[in-house]
Amino acid sequence: MTSSRFIITVIGSDRVGIVASITTVMASFNVNIVDISQTIMQDIFTMIMLAEAPMQNFDLAAFQEAMDKGGKKMGVEVKVQHEDVFHFMHRI
Amino acid sequence: MHINPYEIMETIRMVRMEHLDIRTVTLGISLRDCSHHNIETFNENIYEKITAHAKRLVSTTNEIQSLYGIPIINKRISVTPIALVAESCKAPDFVSIAKTMDEAAKDTNVDFIGGFSALVHKGTTPGDLKLINSIPESLASTEKVCSSVNVATTRAGINMDAISLMGNIIKKTAELTADKDGIGCAKLVIFANAPEDNPFMAGAFHGVGEPECVINVGVSGPGVVNAAIRELENPNLTEISETIKKTTFKITRMGEMIGKEVSRRLGIEFGILDLSLAPTPTIGDSVATILEAMGLERCGTHGTTAALALLNDAVKKGGAMASSSVGGLSGAFIPVSEDAGMIEAVEAGALSLEKLEAMTSVCSVGLDMIAVPGDTPTSTLSAIIADEMAIGVINRKTTAVRIIPVPGKRVGDSVEFGGLLGCAPIMPVSNFSSEVFVKRGGRIPAPIQSLTN
Repeated sequence: MTSSRFIITVIGSDRVGIVASITTVMASFNVNIVDISQTIMQDIFTMIMLAEAPMQNFDLAAFQEAMDKGGKKMGVEVKVQHEDVFHFMHRI
Repeated sequence: MHINPYEIMETIRMVRMEHLDIRTVTLGISLRDCSHHNIETFNENIYEKITAHAKRLVSTTNEIQSLYGIPIINKRISVTPIALVAESCKAPDFVSIAKTMDEAAKDTNVDFIGGFSALVHKGTTPGDLKLINSIPESLASTEKVCSSVNVATTRAGINMDAISLMGNIIKKTAELTADKDGIGCAKLVIFANAPEDNPFMAGAFHGVGEPECVINVGVSGPGVVNAAIRELENPNLTEISETIKKTTFKITRMGEMIGKEVSRRLGIEFGILDLSLAPTPTIGDSVATILEAMGLERCGTHGTTAALALLNDAVKKGGAMASSSVGGLSGAFIPVSEDAGMIEAVEAGALSLEKLEAMTSVCSVGLDMIAVPGDTPTSTLSAIIADEMAIGVINRKTTAVRIIPVPGKRVGDSVEFGGLLGCAPIMPVSNFSSEVFVKRGGRIPAPIQSLTN
């Protein structure tokens, strides 16, 4: 693990307020959005964010739980994964 | 963003839809400093050593699982073959050692502990014999302990006395666990050329050439390979092989990352990564389905051995390119009860024991999780083992037998083991006797290593 950056993916059917509700949770944990992209892939709403968590006093488990809860409220699935997993799999 | 959204979604899809997982993080622990002539002191020594080293294994792997969002299914421990370290114990049997291992596994919250093992490919010592004779009761009275016996190597040949004995041990193990359809036998593997660093159960043990403590990781993903092949439009076999290689490359990279992180956090050396397509009973997570994706109507028909050879080789090539630490078994597993596609093939009459035996000559293990009638003679069980060992010894590869003579069941019945072990139709064995051959005993000499035709 070399950084405190995470890839956050939000998958589900599109509706008003998804971004607002997810980013509110992120703000409450002091997690900053570095980059964000949003597309419709195979009729499914897909939002991918690169986010940076604070280096100190960051409770990953609590953040993941809050994001999961926030997603469920909006009917979407939210995953928070450290960026290394994608780097390792797709880059040499 | 450094990684494009399609790549991110590919990884997410592999985990969510195609059952990609880290099958196991296995902590190997040497017990060589635990020997003692008093078996009670020995048991205290091994309990202390195992629990001390594995204390943080489960919590650390759970942390890493949520950090990366990749499921880690099992956490396991492997130890030095008990026959070696318990040789000097003055006790009539080693059942209490298995019970101690079970207790240590439960107290550290791991799923399995392997290493109730003996290496007898050239001959047996009194300690080996005590261990082997303790297997049935040990497996019947414990939950998490796995046992293995290496009875053949390419360098030593095949120990037929040990194979003859193992037929009896398997039968007795099945009988002692008759209330659970002989499930004890699912925790017992007979090996030729057993690898010393295999993280997969039931055959894991911590080999004598291994360090004090080591982290070995087993990655799986038949579902991912299956989906990748099915996405191709009318591919030829070269293109299929290329796709398998690329897919296994990605899976292996992920496994290595997880293994190194576990090892860094625990401060324990990273050993090997074992990329083995290990099926589970979940639909789609099947090796048989991969073979069928290549164009076979049913797994087991003519062409299956060729298709499996292609798969196994491409998996190894992809894995070897992705990591310099590839070891263990690395290839494709073909356990019948654990693979929904294999079960269907047996039930449809497409896949027989004889065809499975042929398939094991080109894949990474052997006759695995095969249920046979409970009244199968012990000499027939031994002869099945001998055949499989011969394939391993001559081809300089690992082969193994995990066979369950299910008490009270006949051909046409099926048996439900539950969980990752799945369910199995009872397969017929030959009705002709192998008894005289097996009873002759002795050793089949090591094979010549030249004139290889």
